[in-house]
Amino acid sequence: MKDATASNPPFRPRSSGKDDPPDSPRSVGYTTAHHITLATEKEPFALEAGATIGPVEVEYETYGNLSAAKDNAVLIVHALSGDAHVAGWDKEARATGRLYRLKHPGWWDTVVGPGKAIDTNRWFVICANVLGSCYGTTGPSSINPATGRPYGMSFPLVTVGDWVRLQARLLDALGIERLHAVTGGSLGGQQALEWALAFPHRVDRVIVLAATPRLSAQGLAFNAVGRHAIMNDPNFRGGDYYGGQQPDVGLAVARMMAHITYLSDESMHEKFGRRLRGKDRPEFSFGVEFEVESYLNYQGRAFVERFDANSYLYITRAMDYYDVAEQWGSGDLVEACRRIESKMMVVSFSSDWLYPPAQCREFAMAMCRAGKTVTYVDVPSRYGHDAFLVETGPVGHLLHNYLHGRRR
Amino acid sequence: MKKTPRTTRTARPMAPEKLLAELARRLRLPRRRRRAVNRPAQLRWQDRLIEAIVPHGASVLDLGCGGGELLHRLIEHKHVRGQGVELDPAAVNQCVARDVPVVQADLDEGLRGFADQSFDYVVLEETLQTLHRPVAVLGEMLRVGRRGIVSFPNFGHWRVRLDLAVRGRMPISDRLPYRWHDTPNIHLFTLRDFLDWARQNRVRIVEAHALVDGAHRPLQPQDDLHAEEVLVVVEKQKPPRTAR
Repeated sequence: MKDATASNPPFRPRSSGKDDPPDSPRSVGYTTAHHITLATEKEPFALEAGATIGPVEVEYETYGNLSAAKDNAVLIVHALSGDAHVAGWDKEARATGRLYRLKHPGWWDTVVGPGKAIDTNRWFVICANVLGSCYGTTGPSSINPATGRPYGMSFPLVTVGDWVRLQARLLDALGIERLHAVTGGSLGGQQALEWALAFPHRVDRVIVLAATPRLSAQGLAFNAVGRHAIMNDPNFRGGDYYGGQQPDVGLAVARMMAHITYLSDESMHEKFGRRLRGKDRPEFSFGVEFEVESYLNYQGRAFVERFDANSYLYITRAMDYYDVAEQWGSGDLVEACRRIESKMMVVSFSSDWLYPPAQCREFAMAMCRAGKTVTYVDVPSRYGHDAFLVETGPVGHLLHNYLHGRRR
Repeated sequence: MKKTPRTTRTARPMAPEKLLAELARRLRLPRRRRRAVNRPAQLRWQDRLIEAIVPHGASVLDLGCGGGELLHRLIEHKHVRGQGVELDPAAVNQCVARDVPVVQADLDEGLRGFADQSFDYVVLEETLQTLHRPVAVLGEMLRVGRRGIVSFPNFGHWRVRLDLAVRGRMPISDRLPYRWHDTPNIHLFTLRDFLDWARQNRVRIVEAHALVDGAHRPLQPQDDLHAEEVLVVVEKQKPPRTAR
């Protein structure tokens, strides 16, 4: 088998702003998710917080072909509301009731596909839904075999470390000892970082986009308010709402607020300004008056249709607890960085205030202080935290070049 | 009406000031269009020299590393632990394409993040004169590195002096191809200026090289006039031993 890194054809980022249809040569086409049981009731998965869980089923997708030497695997890790459906069009969207997938390809289709930045002609791309989520991997909405009912809030607390160890278990099952690269943005970036720390000898290259070694107090505060909205929705009922009315209002509020943190002041001004929604004069009412209100309402509604409120609680909690320095360096980030053996690239976005550039750079400097080399790039962007998904041009170039990684 | 012939002015011998101006014009090297002169794509004389100076397996921090050409060579040929620092986005992308580790940062904002004496060599290749706070960065260079390698254009070169003296305008040459208002070189200095700084700050010159007429050789006493560019290796002088 040819060395996967031997040739590096010139890369051109997408020119059109439209989704690539399934029959496009740049699309991975129709996709089907895989399911695998990685822990059983008898042999459960041990969690960082002390509890165990079993059975554990994981939904994952793969694109491209694993080389005979098994040296071309690239793991993509998703963010808070993401799933394993990274690229292409879900063949079973209707059957599984994931109707939102009928309108759009996977969440990183702009970057993953044949001839794209993460070129599926060269790389074997894997993405798994995280533990505690609601897209096919065991989570609070799964049936607890002990009770025959959904776990709800009896689901144990999970951590970023648990997710990464479960991903490693998936790789074991797929017979992949070593990854060429791990990459993800936001909470996905934190998982990529955790890979470098937990499995320093299992991954060659780590690309962290729009993420820091821990969430700031401001970030913790936003998550807290989101959870507060969900848990105080009258329909929440301690998380035991399955089969009845869902805490839709709470979840929508959480999503609306989170969406504000994903945008920047500038991008909101540009996108909506103070424009009124479908009218020239204000009505002096509490209905939807401004464009920005309408947009947030839409985001809230759309999210409620595709996400589980309990999963939102568990995943934001995992995000809160993640702290590289505490976990791996007894509070010292430099000490933690000494563990890292992978090549590391950290990319921040100038207008991101959820994971600000200064904090990303701080991590890069901690790498330097630990005697490691590191690449840190700050991409100028108006799009706030969302930039890691929106700035497909610069991000694509960086990913493409860094994945190739051959000195020229 | 009869006109006086106007041939007298041109027929006269050139006035001394005109002669000097003409001389200066001829001495002046062709004006170059703006290019990334501080980081040309081809190998620079300093690159080869630095490659010879840096021992195998050393650690090297290149401040203002451009597209990473030098670090790339050092990593490939000398297996150094190489780290670059660069501000320009296009140059940073070139580093990534070359697989040279680079931190995108402004040198003028300091090297705070780097630990004391954490590199064998810190390189400032044709960068010092572009900085807002050159002396602060020199200080940081010798805090972070055991040795510094600094190269710079010598503003004391005789051609520069003559050009300035005769034309009365900021010199434009092959090595300094910018006009006064579009130059990235905001803190020009001479070899003597640099040596003064070294003496005043107890910095020892370990070795020094000069580029003279396009070829480099070890620095000589008269080189304040002759060197177009200079490369020096410096280190902090050991503090004098104090009696207990």
